[in-house]
Amino acid sequence: MSHHIEEMKAAHRLLAEFTYERYPVQRGYTNRTLYINLSDSTIASKPVSEEMKEKFTGGKGFGLWLLWHGIRDTTKWNDPENEIIISAGPIGGITTYPGTGKSLVVSLSPLTDSVMDCNVGGYFGPYLKFAGWDALEIQGKAEKDVIIFIDGDTGRITIEEAPLEPVDTHLLTDILVQMYGGDDHHARRAISTVTAGSGAEHTRFGCLNFSWYDLRRRAARVKQAGRGGIGTVFRDKRIKALVVKFSDLKADSNGPADLARLQRVGTKMHKEIHDYDDQQCGMRRHGTAYLVGIMNDYDLLPVHNFRYGSHPDGHKIDVRVWDARFTQGVPDGCWYGCTLSCSHAVDGFTLRTGPYKGQKVIVDGPEYENAAGLGANCGIFDPDYILEANFYCDTYALDTISIGTSIAFAMECYEMGIIDKRATGGLDLRFGNAEAAIEVIHQMGRGEGFGTIIGQGVRRMKKIFVEQYGADPKILQDIGMEAKGLEFSQYMPKESLAQQAGYGMASKGPQHDEAWLIFMDMVNNQIPTMEDKAEALHYFPIWRTWFGLCGLCKLPWNDIVPPDNALTDEPTKIPEHVRNYVEIFSAVTGRQVTSEDLLLMSERVYNFQRVFNLRMGFGTREHDKIPYRAQGPVTVEEYESRAERYDKQLKALGYDVEKMSTPEKVAALRAYREKQYEELMDAVYARRGWTRNGVPKVETLQRLGIDYPDVVEIVRRAGG
Amino acid sequence: MKILATRPERCTGCGACEIECARTWFKVDDKEKSRIRIFPPAKEGQPFRIVVCNQNGACIDVCPTVALKRAKNGVVQLNKSLCVGCLSCVGFCPNQAMFYHPDYTEPFKCVACGKCVEVCPEDALYIAEVAEAPASVTDTWLQKEAI
Repeated sequence: MSHHIEEMKAAHRLLAEFTYERYPVQRGYTNRTLYINLSDSTIASKPVSEEMKEKFTGGKGFGLWLLWHGIRDTTKWNDPENEIIISAGPIGGITTYPGTGKSLVVSLSPLTDSVMDCNVGGYFGPYLKFAGWDALEIQGKAEKDVIIFIDGDTGRITIEEAPLEPVDTHLLTDILVQMYGGDDHHARRAISTVTAGSGAEHTRFGCLNFSWYDLRRRAARVKQAGRGGIGTVFRDKRIKALVVKFSDLKADSNGPADLARLQRVGTKMHKEIHDYDDQQCGMRRHGTAYLVGIMNDYDLLPVHNFRYGSHPDGHKIDVRVWDARFTQGVPDGCWYGCTLSCSHAVDGFTLRTGPYKGQKVIVDGPEYENAAGLGANCGIFDPDYILEANFYCDTYALDTISIGTSIAFAMECYEMGIIDKRATGGLDLRFGNAEAAIEVIHQMGRGEGFGTIIGQGVRRMKKIFVEQYGADPKILQDIGMEAKGLEFSQYMPKESLAQQAGYGMASKGPQHDEAWLIFMDMVNNQIPTMEDKAEALHYFPIWRTWFGLCGLCKLPWNDIVPPDNALTDEPTKIPEHVRNYVEIFSAVTGRQVTSEDLLLMSERVYNFQRVFNLRMGFGTREHDKIPYRAQGPVTVEEYESRAERYDKQLKALGYDVEKMSTPEKVAALRAYREKQYEELMDAVYARRGWTRNGVPKVETLQRLGIDYPDVVEIVRRAGG
Repeated sequence: MKILATRPERCTGCGACEIECARTWFKVDDKEKSRIRIFPPAKEGQPFRIVVCNQNGACIDVCPTVALKRAKNGVVQLNKSLCVGCLSCVGFCPNQAMFYHPDYTEPFKCVACGKCVEVCPEDALYIAEVAEAPASVTDTWLQKEAI
């Protein structure tokens, strides 16, 4: 350990200490959660009841349940009683199947003011469980910056005031793995950290970085819990870092009921990836960045704040570029045994701007969302800019999705003349201006300038632009790509009704992890009718929720498929992989379940989250509406750019387009598409067992076994 | 470097090598715990299939914990204390010659010890001298300075 780090460590002041007996994980659970209150330095163990396991499974389910009991109806994101909860779920931490190391993070969001959940890779969640805890629940606020250290090797937890370490992730993570892991690289892999960064302090979309240790690069790498500003909550609580240590990882650390079964299913899956990934998505070579070119080709890549779905320069940031930039041949899995290995990195990248200018760094990514959001959506097709922005977003802890959509919105407002250089502090925020965009990001890091306005997110920018610059609220509502206060992720949904509803009806806001239907709707044309779409919007959000209950990544479910998948009855569900999950859940917990059982686990938590939104003052039909930019062409210019497509749709509806002006056509198309969206909402609510206002019916709660008195009361008040 | 090489056309499928291997490394008479496996011919008239590691090292670069390394004698060795039992190497072995058994959390493979050669009655197995394998991507990384 360097002298420099010794000095930082010596400056730590112990605020609280807690020792506990560590015992082996039993069938995926430790049966207790760790509660920490930073206001009074409480550290306590809480039991996990059988009811909690049966009804909420784990992961996000535990997070929602703990938060529900930890806060009041009136709690705001920056009140001390708001919590951050991290949980791995019962399968989280097995090593024998790909994509099994996810942590689920739950909190009240500074963007949506309601409940938020994120899933993230890295080693933290599994190590937390193996250290003895099914979940970590942090409440309260510290007076000064603290580090919470959970030593799973010795059974000791400390809260330490930590004044000297920097907050930006790439520096802090590196320091902490050395401080707590020592000089040996294999010992450093026993450490995982959660950190934020300076940008999280000055914006509402701060993210959290979860670390894992790369033994080839001999450096810490990070994955992000990106959505909804939980990094902002983290810094508001004056948490500098969470550190967990666990040294004895083995294939049976999760205490599975049937290791043989896990080994059998896991090796089958590894072989499937070995045999077919190259021919399918190529995740091992490109990660999610493979999507950029495909999305551009199908007119689904957001360009210029979602005005368009493609750009002639799209190829400049497509997979060939990233393929050449990523270091190949390294097992880039963010948890052990993930042979899909999508966590690629660019090595030896020299920063050209900002406080770390001249440093040679590892850039984790870019993922598809980063290339699309920071790049295409802002009209920037420069890979070096995307890498620079990607790096700074991570180290400052800024969600690349929210920042991309927010900068794109500000750029469009600037080009429309809604804001000018006086508003932006001299920044020439036209589309394509990479120099201005990187300066916005640095302003968020420094906490100054127009960057801090963009850092409020689209919903609050709309309000500011109306109040301070006299903008027309109607046009801002049409082009501001947020719903529920959360910025849209980077898929252009205009031509996919199913994706529009997937975004609009998602519990936390428009994020694709709940209902990524754009591919099956637009690329593969697998859900053509309204009934097909409604069924998909019932099944897939529920199925996808299950991954978040168990600590799993969704990519090994649908970014690789068995060669005969197309010949099955329901290829969109990937039946063989569903069977794999039935097997591994049964093998871990010893409960012999069916695929219907998995869906029931999810449907409970899905409905509970909807009720949680209701409790916080949201969660009804009006909150499932989306800006028209997500549904169709807002402007004449947008219409005319795809006139043939839109004219054809109007003709099919019986309009005589030859006699109509473009504004008339825009209006006619809008009326039709908005009506379609409403019809689809009706169909989906009915399928989900909700009222027309989007409220779960009491009978639905009863069927699911979550008809607790306080839950029922909230639903009744909302007319459910 | 030395590897275990095969003459499948001579193999009669007696399984003596499997038993000897399991006895040598696991002290049991259980073929399922052998590091060399013999499978019946796919079709009549074809030879038995002898599955054993040829030390090509494909597994080295898929191991997340760098538990698989080429030893000085060229043989690929598993360091069990580093292994977390993910079995990525099992799925990614091009010859399907990395094995596992539910009694153990770590996989196992042939290290060309030659015990099976001694017991094969048909001379279907032998130790061969082959060219040094090229360096793995992992070796190249580990020769560099840490970042």
